[in-house]
Order: sequence, then C-alpha cells, then structure tokens
Amino acid sequence: MTHPTIRRIVLTVGAPISAVFFAVLLSSLFLLISGSSPFQAYIDMIENASRLETFVDILNEATPLYISAIAAAIGFRMNLFNIGVEGQYLLAAFFAAAVGGYFAGLPPVLHVTLILIVSVLVGAAYAGLAGALKVTRGINEVISTIMLNFIAVGGIIAWLIREWADDTGATNSGTTPIDESGRMPSLNGLLEVFTREISKGRELTGVLLIAILVGITYHLFINRTRIGFDFRASGYNPMAARAGGIPPKRMVMYAMLLSGGVAGLVGMSEVLSQRYKYDQSFIQGLGFNGIAIALLGRNNPVGIAIGALLFGFLNASSGILQITGSATPEIVQIMKGIIVLSAVIAYEAVRRVKLRDEARSAAEATERMSTEPEEALA
Amino acid sequence: MINSKKMLAFGAVAALGFAACGSDDDSGDETETTEVATTEAAEEEAEAASDGALTAVGLTYDIGGRGDQSFNDSAAAGIERAVADLGIKANELVPNEDGSNRAELLQLQADEAELVIGVGFLFADDTVAAAGNNPDTLFAVVDDAMLDFEAEGGPAPRCENCVGLTFAEEQGSFLVGAAAALKSETGVIGFIGGVSGFGLIEKFEAGYQAGAQAVNPDIVIESQYITAAPDFDGFFAPDRAKEIALTMYDDGADIVYHAAGGSGAGVFEAAKEFSEANGSKVWGIGVDSDQYNTVDAAVQEYVLTSMLKRVDNAVYEITKAANDGAAEVGNVVYDLSTDGVGYSTSGGYLDDIVDQLEEFKAQIQDGTITVPTEPS
Repeated sequence: MTHPTIRRIVLTVGAPISAVFFAVLLSSLFLLISGSSPFQAYIDMIENASRLETFVDILNEATPLYISAIAAAIGFRMNLFNIGVEGQYLLAAFFAAAVGGYFAGLPPVLHVTLILIVSVLVGAAYAGLAGALKVTRGINEVISTIMLNFIAVGGIIAWLIREWADDTGATNSGTTPIDESGRMPSLNGLLEVFTREISKGRELTGVLLIAILVGITYHLFINRTRIGFDFRASGYNPMAARAGGIPPKRMVMYAMLLSGGVAGLVGMSEVLSQRYKYDQSFIQGLGFNGIAIALLGRNNPVGIAIGALLFGFLNASSGILQITGSATPEIVQIMKGIIVLSAVIAYEAVRRVKLRDEARSAAEATERMSTEPEEALA
Repeated sequence: MINSKKMLAFGAVAALGFAACGSDDDSGDETETTEVATTEAAEEEAEAASDGALTAVGLTYDIGGRGDQSFNDSAAAGIERAVADLGIKANELVPNEDGSNRAELLQLQADEAELVIGVGFLFADDTVAAAGNNPDTLFAVVDDAMLDFEAEGGPAPRCENCVGLTFAEEQGSFLVGAAAALKSETGVIGFIGGVSGFGLIEKFEAGYQAGAQAVNPDIVIESQYITAAPDFDGFFAPDRAKEIALTMYDDGADIVYHAAGGSGAGVFEAAKEFSEANGSKVWGIGVDSDQYNTVDAAVQEYVLTSMLKRVDNAVYEITKAANDGAAEVGNVVYDLSTDGVGYSTSGGYLDDIVDQLEEFKAQIQDGTITVPTEPS
C-alpha cells in the first residue's frame, strides 16, 4: 500500500490532469465524428494562440469571464445559486454606460470611478432584490434570479434603450458614447515592454487589472476575514453555523449583494475599453459562462483564472478553425461543455475515493481498537 | 461533413429558388449592377476596391450562420453565386454564441480578403472600428446604412471604406400584405415580428399593414412581437412563434406573415397543425428567402408567398462591384425598382391575384403609393 501522503497528492493532482486528458480525448472523438482531423485542429488552435494579437484577444475574453465566475463563486461558497449574474451585469453595464455617457467632461479618474460605482451599485441592488425575496418571502434564488434575468434584458433595458437611444436613425441604437475621459487606458504599453508592438488595433483592456484585484480581494475576503469564515461555515453547514451564532438571513443578503456587486463589473471591459456604450450588440451570455467557469475552477481564484483563460482560448480559436477549415465553430461550444463535465466528474470521483479512504482508515482504527485495545491506545 | 451536407442541400434549394422565380424577380439575378439609390454622400470612390479584381471575399454571418432558411441563407446564396460567377475565394465565418468575437472575426477576414461583408446590423460598430484599422479593405454591412444621421449637413458615411446595404422592406411587405388581404376569407390576418424595438422589423409590419388596408380598409390585423431588443432570442424561437401563430389562427386569422428569421418555421408548423385539426386551410407568409423552397417539405403547401429580401443580390452585387473596382461607399438601398425586395409566386397560390399585385407594385414604383416605414 502506498504512503497515505503520496496517495493524497496523487489524488489532488490527478483530478485536473485526468479531467484534461478525458476532455481532449472526447473532443478528439467529436472532431473525428464531424469529419475533421483532431491533430490539425489542435495545431491550428495552438499556433493561433501563440500569436501576440491572439494572446491579447484571449486576455480580453478572459477578463469579463473571470469576474463573472468570481461573482458566481461568491454565491456558491454560501450554497446560493446566483443564476442572475447574467441579468445583473447587463443591467449594471446599461446604467453605467448611460450615466457615463450623460456626464461629459468630468475629470478622467473621477469619470471612470463614477461608472464603476454605478455598475457595482446597480448589480448589487438587482441581486439584492433576489436576496430580499429569499430572506423575507422564502423564494428560491434560482427561480427569482432567472425571472429577473428576463426582466432585465427583455423588460427594463429593452424599454429604456429606446428612450435613451443616442442615434435614433441607426438600427444598432445605444446609449450616448462615453467621452474620452471616461475610458480606461489600454494596457498595450505595459505588455509591449515585454513583447513587440501589438498590431491590428488590438487593445489589451485595462479592466484586466480590476479583474486581478477582484480575484485577490475575493481570496483575502473568503480566507482571511471573519465574515468570510461565516460565509464558508454557512455554506458547509447552515444549521451548525446558525447554532454557532451566524445569522443566516443576514448572510444570504450579504452574499447576494456581494455577488451582484462583483457581477456589476463584468460588463466593464466592454463599457470602459471596447464599446464605450451599451448598444444592441452588447455581449450577452457572460453570466452563464461564468457559472461554468466557477464550477471548473472549484470556486478557487487561481482555478477560476485558469478556467477563464481556457474559455478565452477556446473563444479566440473559433475564428481560426473556420478560416483554416480544420473544424466547425460549434466544436468550441462542445469542447467547453466537455471540459466542464469532465472536471465535475473527475472531482466527484476523487471525492468518493477520498471518502472511501477515510472510511477504511477509520474502520481499520476501530478494528485495531477492538482487537488490541492496549496497543492502539498506546 | 455536416457543413458540406448543408451546402449541398442549400445549393439544391437555391437552384430551385432561382428556377422558380416568377416574373417579378427574374431580372434581379445576373444583369443588375449597383445602379441603385445611393445617397448624396456616397460620391467618394472606395480606394480599397478601385484597383480591381478581388482574390478573396470574407463573409461573416451573425450568430447561427447558415441554416435559418431565411436571412443568412439568402446571404449564403449570394456568396455562392459570386464564387461561381467571379471565380473568387470566399471565407465564411460565424461568431461565438455570445457574439464576443465579432470584431476578431472581421479582423481575421480583413487579413485574408479585400472585401469583408458583415451579415446583420449588429456588425455596424465593430465594422467601423475594423475599417479604421484596415484602410485598404472594403467593408460592407447588410441591414445598416452605415451613415451618421446626426452629422452636420445631412447623413454622412461613418467611414471611408464601408458600405451599408439596406432594403426597402416596407415595399415588399406592402405587396404580401395586399396578397394576404386579397386571399383572406375571414377578414382577419396576423403579423409576427421576431424582435421589436430596433426599428427594422417595424418596417415589415408597417408595409404589411398598409398593403392589407389598401385592399380592404376594414381588415383586422393582429400584430405581435416575440421579444424586444436587445433580447434577440425572438429570431431563434420557432416554439414561441408557433404558440403565437396558433393563437392568431384561433382568433380567426387565416394568414399570418412572419418577419422573425429562424423562428418562422414555427409559423408554418402552426398553419399545418391548425389546418389539419380544423379542416379549413390557413396560411403562413415567409420572409427574406423564398421560403416555399427552404421550409420542410411537410409544411411547404402552407407557404402562401414570401416577402423576398434579396440579401443574395446585395451580397452578389457588392462583391461584383468590388471585383470590378466600381464599389462606392455610403448607403445602397435595395427597393422594388431594383428588385431588391419583392414577393414570390412559388407554389402558384397567387396566380389569380398576380395582376393586382403587379398593379400595386407599379404604383409604388411610380410614387402613387408611398409606403410608411412605421406601423400605424
């Protein structure tokens, strides 16, 4: 029998490795079925990703996904399923873009700060609505947040975007574009210190820094603060936490407000550094992808970063696969699904092995206790 | 494999479509060049295309790509014709499901092609950015004028190297509205729009209303939209379109016109289901492509006519113009006078009223009838 410590290490590392292995295997199978060569597809993807411009694309794609996954993870830590990240970030981005466009000529730092504050407040308020419904009326947050998603996009934004449209003649109508002062500077200069000049109009979003900050804060908050401990305790065992003096309703409210506040930042890379407004083509679906990435990253800030980069890589690959003709773009969606599924299954398998190990060692200890009580106690 | 099958199927369908085109739209295929209404601001020659012959053209569909039996498939037919006639290479791309990589795709296309076409108005802003970064490439966007309407001195092009390809959807819709009113026995007809609130689908509704009322001022028109922008699910929701259509048929409507892209399949299903359950025939009217030829064979006999929006012509002509070095920037409007819009006669269900429709068509063309662009 192997040494227990080695066994534990193998199990911990084995889960992600076997998940990746399994995902690659299954994806290859799907590529073969759809008549493409898996090797050619992977070579194209990796070759494409090694270009500096694609690297910028990947980071730009990963930034909002990362923030979205952190927002979902905050809820998960409390056993709350905030499906409403989607609606929260869209509504937040809409109001933030509208406010940012309305106030022209503010001092640069103040302008960006104002937009960020509006986005956090709107996101928190909209999530808080679901939290309040749960606390006061016992309505399941899964149901209320799904409903609120519909109301946000099909209701509030659909109505107000017409009222506030800037250029009524254009089909792609949207809020007034934000002034130069309300735009986040790109990080191209920073990246170019290490690399060559970035071409083709690619701009590395400054919101990447905000995302990193959100990740660090999330880690410190969950692991190093009193309220973070209360969060985890309520998540592990709400009854025990309650018995330990942690007010459950207040924790639900806090978790929803925090999750929604972070969700509010998801749309900021679009608003502050890409589109500078909210229009009909504003990116939707980041909230749902965030949930998948939070699952993939096991609610861990580093794991989520890896997951977000992986999704960013896949998103950025879809174009090149079509250009080279080595695979259909749908394969990207399939791969995302396979990766999340593989990860969930691998971690569950490892969890069961660990449980069995624990049960066995406990049983062995008991056995020793009953047969040779003196020796065991000594 | 899947793709080539789809292409094959589409090729067959497109061939049928062109063969079956009635007198109203056979001139639109080969001979027409860009002799269409351009704005005053469109004088400037596009430098990009002026040196002639293209090697490649990039076509980027909006989310979903080929297979909607309607809008995207019409664009696909256009590019296939261009490839066959002009001997150029075409790259076709589809964005990710969340639309996050539209800008990237335009750039990828611009790397390889001298002409990049975005199929759908959602490409408008990304195209302006991409056009700035690739001054030697010509860009075209379907369904967006690519004009700055608030510029001083009237609408001006939003960039030096982009073309907006738009359609007079209200004119084609007027004709199918008139057809619906002429054919309706109950005096009740319906309209289902995919997505309201961004001004495009309302043009279909306005024309349809005006056309129906021109025939029968007392006609009852039920109108409903599936979703409101920016929720674009209404273009991908055949189940919801079917529910709405069934309700309209229950209310006594016997013809329902849809302007809902991929959702339209649900309308024809509803027509079949209702007809079979009640023994009285009800109809659906298709949009963009000649849907008699693109829908499932089982529901074909319920397609009364289709409002043709010749995205295929627009795509073909801009490609040909760029290839000839004759493309002009600004807004190109495709209307009845250039067969940019029209109605289909496939199936022969309109044979008894074609004369009346042609009369309306002539009146719109000579200005006797002005079709509104906003619903009353």
